[in-house]
Amino acid sequence: MKGAVGPVLVVVAAILAFWYIACVPMNAREVLTQAERGGAVLIPPSARERIDAPLLPLLWQNSAHLDQSWSQERPRLPSPHQVVVEIWDSTVTEEVFSRRGIVQTGEWSKRSLIYHTGVTLSATVLGFLIGAALGVALAVGIVHNRAMDLSVMPWAIISQTIPIVAIAPMVIVVLNSVGVQGLLPKAAISAYLSFFPVVVGMVKGLRTPDAMQMDQMRTWNAPGAAVLWKLRLPSSVPYLFASLKIAIAAALVGTIVGELPVQRGGLGARMLAGSYYGQTAQIWAALFAAAILAAALIWVIAALERRALRRMGVA
Amino acid sequence: MGVLAPVLVVWLSLWAVNAILTGGGWDRYLAVRIAVPLIFGATILLVWEMVVNLMDVPSVILPPPSAIAATFWDSRTILWGDFVQTILKGALSGLAIGCVLALGVAVLVDRFDFLRRGLLPVAGFMAALPIVGTAPILVMWFGFGWQSKAAVVVLMVFFPMLVNTVAGLADTTQMQRDLMRTYGAGYWSTLVKLRLPAALPFIFNGLKIASTLAMIGAIVAEFFGSPTQGIGFRISASNGQLALDMVWAAILVGSLAGSVTYGVIGVIERQMTFWHPSQRR
Repeated sequence: MKGAVGPVLVVVAAILAFWYIACVPMNAREVLTQAERGGAVLIPPSARERIDAPLLPLLWQNSAHLDQSWSQERPRLPSPHQVVVEIWDSTVTEEVFSRRGIVQTGEWSKRSLIYHTGVTLSATVLGFLIGAALGVALAVGIVHNRAMDLSVMPWAIISQTIPIVAIAPMVIVVLNSVGVQGLLPKAAISAYLSFFPVVVGMVKGLRTPDAMQMDQMRTWNAPGAAVLWKLRLPSSVPYLFASLKIAIAAALVGTIVGELPVQRGGLGARMLAGSYYGQTAQIWAALFAAAILAAALIWVIAALERRALRRMGVA
Repeated sequence: MGVLAPVLVVWLSLWAVNAILTGGGWDRYLAVRIAVPLIFGATILLVWEMVVNLMDVPSVILPPPSAIAATFWDSRTILWGDFVQTILKGALSGLAIGCVLALGVAVLVDRFDFLRRGLLPVAGFMAALPIVGTAPILVMWFGFGWQSKAAVVVLMVFFPMLVNTVAGLADTTQMQRDLMRTYGAGYWSTLVKLRLPAALPFIFNGLKIASTLAMIGAIVAEFFGSPTQGIGFRISASNGQLALDMVWAAILVGSLAGSVTYGVIGVIERQMTFWHPSQRR
């Protein structure tokens, strides 16, 4: 990806420009209503007439009164700088200057995005570790046991077509009613979601050694454990990291969806609260926090992958 | 733990059957290859049923499979309405729109090197993001009807489809392109007759990922607001009534829809990419 920085910046700038322009039609009706309340004379004079009027002529005739499109208090589409301000307010301002912040009290404010991102991060990482460990273990079992291969593998593939995230809220509520609370129910869902990509990728990876390499191990009279440790596992490492990247993204989705029903913190809870109270900037800020978190997690895995492959002399 | 002894016996004996079936070279036969996973699935259902009954698990925590099947059959008209609302209207329309859009953009990206270098990294980044999080915003914009669900699905399937299709369009060798040039083929006939067919395995790979994402997107978006119909609505509403057998029946509908869609795409793939090494037998 050499020479990609310029084009990427242009594309990102184009997206931002489109976003700013889209704010005008998306927020137009509320903006015009406020302008009318402020004493401006609009072309269809009352809000009742404007509600059925087609949007484009409305924008054209009242173009002088649209300057508030990017500074609405509760916009349908907040402008990029409003989202940035919201992120700044709910992280730095909240923690440093607020009486609830870490500077004043010594612990993260429960209103700050940092706290909620931390809640989501811990559940995601815990679930991911559980899911990946179980996935590798099952893959080793499948490769070594023909009965497990034939009976479990088809179900592992079918289970990927099941919208399992959909039952995440239910699993949370049921576990809650049994008394399991906090980190574990969410981690269980992320573990489930990160489990199958790892199983499928690892089974493929553990089977990459070809007949020649297996024969070589046999001529050395290597026991099964040695074949696993010295041939199968090393050659499965590229596949492992490819599926770990998918798995951690899936784990994050699972955690966020799992946070929807129980309002006890986390980015998912933050999004739902924003959606209930019409705080659009809060939803967008939580969305960007989730995006940054996903990018950071994948970057960590990619960095581990580079180090591992370099030490193995593959890349 | 004494009550669990029969469960253990059932599990071990059915596992032994599978071990015998797969052990003695029987697995050359197609019937055995089909029977083994079915026996495993039946084992899980049987163990589930036995555990629920023997340990008196209340049905508000885990209903037995038999109760779920009965509910599924009794409320098949309601569930059919949910299926139409969520899968046919929300998921499949969104899947179609998203895939067509992605194919169009992929051809553009492939044509212009600037877009390839600029848009592709952004798309790859977007494909890894939790796009499900846009559901509350899109429900606010497009209302509670199926349109907002289709919009969520479009966003979710667009990026994986785009990334896969662009990778597929690049999957021709210099030799093949040179051959097209010796035939005097222009850009468009090369695209239609060589590069799109060569991209089909990648496109179908993207379609398979997209079809499962579409089900997830349509169902999860309903948690943020829906008409009084739909699989996601049924799950959250029945969950509120502690009617867990209905919740599981709704999940069964979603699973069946997901598996059937995946299977249909697999069959079409087999028909259209019969020439590809992975499809040869």
